[in-house]
Amino acid sequence: MLQEHARIVDFIATAEGVTGRKKLQKMVYIMKKLNVPFKEKYEFHIYGPYSEELTARIEELCDMGFLSEALEDKGSYVQYKYAVTDEGMEFRNAVGASIPQNPEAAALLNAKSARFLELASTLLYFGHLERDEQIAKLHSVKGKLNFTEAEIEEAYRFLGELEQLKLA
Amino acid sequence: MSYATQKLTEEKVFKDPVHRYIHVRDQVIWDLVNSKEFQRLRRIKQLGTSYLVFHGAEHSRFNHSLGVYEIVRRISDDVFHGRPEWDESERLTVLCAALLHDLGHGPFSHSFEKVFNVDHEEFTRAILTGDTEVNSILKKVSPDFPGHVAEVIAKTYSNKQVVSLISSQIDADRMDYLQRDAYYTGVSYGHFDMERILRVMRPLDDQVVIKSSGMHAVEDYIMSRYQMYWQVYFHPVARSAEVILRKILQRAKELSESGYQFQQPPTHFLAFFDRSFTLADYLALDEGVLMTYFQLWINERDPILADLCDRFVNRRLFQYVDFDPGTDYKKLGELAALFKKAGIDPEYYLIDDSTSDLPYDFYRPGEEEERLPIQLLMPNGDIKELSRLSQVVDAISGKRRTDYKLYFPAELLIDGKKKAIKQQILEMLREGGI
Repeated sequence: MLQEHARIVDFIATAEGVTGRKKLQKMVYIMKKLNVPFKEKYEFHIYGPYSEELTARIEELCDMGFLSEALEDKGSYVQYKYAVTDEGMEFRNAVGASIPQNPEAAALLNAKSARFLELASTLLYFGHLERDEQIAKLHSVKGKLNFTEAEIEEAYRFLGELEQLKLA
Repeated sequence: MSYATQKLTEEKVFKDPVHRYIHVRDQVIWDLVNSKEFQRLRRIKQLGTSYLVFHGAEHSRFNHSLGVYEIVRRISDDVFHGRPEWDESERLTVLCAALLHDLGHGPFSHSFEKVFNVDHEEFTRAILTGDTEVNSILKKVSPDFPGHVAEVIAKTYSNKQVVSLISSQIDADRMDYLQRDAYYTGVSYGHFDMERILRVMRPLDDQVVIKSSGMHAVEDYIMSRYQMYWQVYFHPVARSAEVILRKILQRAKELSESGYQFQQPPTHFLAFFDRSFTLADYLALDEGVLMTYFQLWINERDPILADLCDRFVNRRLFQYVDFDPGTDYKKLGELAALFKKAGIDPEYYLIDDSTSDLPYDFYRPGEEEERLPIQLLMPNGDIKELSRLSQVVDAISGKRRTDYKLYFPAELLIDGKKKAIKQQILEMLREGGI
């Protein structure tokens, strides 16, 4: 019971908080693609892989008091910052952290920008294609973002680094 | 004349209670409707278990798919036709995507996907691009046409206007299912002025926007969506049936893996238990097949499987109480222990369920680029997000919308042995203990 909620709390606790809803979406997606057993269903949206289930579950966790949500006004845009509350830590410990903890992966993901994670998660979404097809598809669906060759190369290197951690 | 532009000698019409008539002139569309994969959708209900609450809700994904096609046909042929921002060459692609967008749904889709960890969107892609009648028809248009249709449905197609018509926060899919589900359930919610919305839709850059003069029609649509979610889609009794359905599938899988000898072996499910399934295995399933198994399993020796099937077939559903996991999660363990003491397996008879487990979403204003919001086109050409102008939409956007229930078989807690323990459970469930 409540295992899916506990996994998310565990992940955010391990990451020591996450700033940005888009970033959190992409972090969980990348972890899921690397075999961490998140159950949230993802679909492709205009900003890359997105899970309505994850959004709803985060709302529930805030409602339950296990996550805190703080709005940060950045002038031209806003960002939400998520952290695990004391009650959330108690919940995580009581229900049991149900994913193999990998602080290194969470820290690596958290250090990246939302733009970079959008790039990496989109490449992963097209992971069933050959690399040149993945890149062509990336430019086709995200032409306006003008990802550079260097950024794409760095995204592949980063995903390789995460795979080396042998998550789960 | 190429197959892509071939017309029927006479227009075909389907009588439809929502759109009055559904019009088909294209040979491709007519052939797709007559394919066996599309006809299969007649045997899959649009609203899953909701018919156990709203007895009229027996409509199928076949009806809905035709409805989505009709809405998109009207947008493409009437509203967008001749507008420079709209690429007319996408017409057949978007019509096929509209018609086929739900092709990969299986029987009681949501529960089936949860238990067997499969995704109907992957099956949609497999049907469109695999060895199927639908694929043969689409390939006659051009070799890469099945892939294009699949990309529209997967939302990865390069023309975002085309994708938006099928899948966005105000798309043909939602506009059809809200009205259709309202009609068949008989509720008075779910109605809005679609004619007005269609008239004010405009293709613009990478999206479809709404002229600001149509804002109130869109408000009505958002409110309808909000009310349908709470009144129909999140109905706690329909969720009780979904919970039991999930547990039937889970129990059958567990029994099969433990070597249990079924009187009626789960032949159609075996490939899903060990994940060796093929597309043909999936297409062989429909709700008639599942209901036949459930009917037969009422007589299985395993008391849990037999009981759950009896509950589902004969509508002896679980009771429920509201519960707040934020304060009550510790008591769940306590309750589960008491269930075990009472001889009732909590894995199958004490189940929590939340609205985040359901495949429906509320309007989101697109903060932090989560989802593309509904954009209004102002008279001066500016674009503004809907909730910034509409107080009604702002009032229901971004608010917490969660609902937790705990399901259990009330009658098992009333009669029989171990009355003291059962009484303790009932007190916890009903007297504010949880």
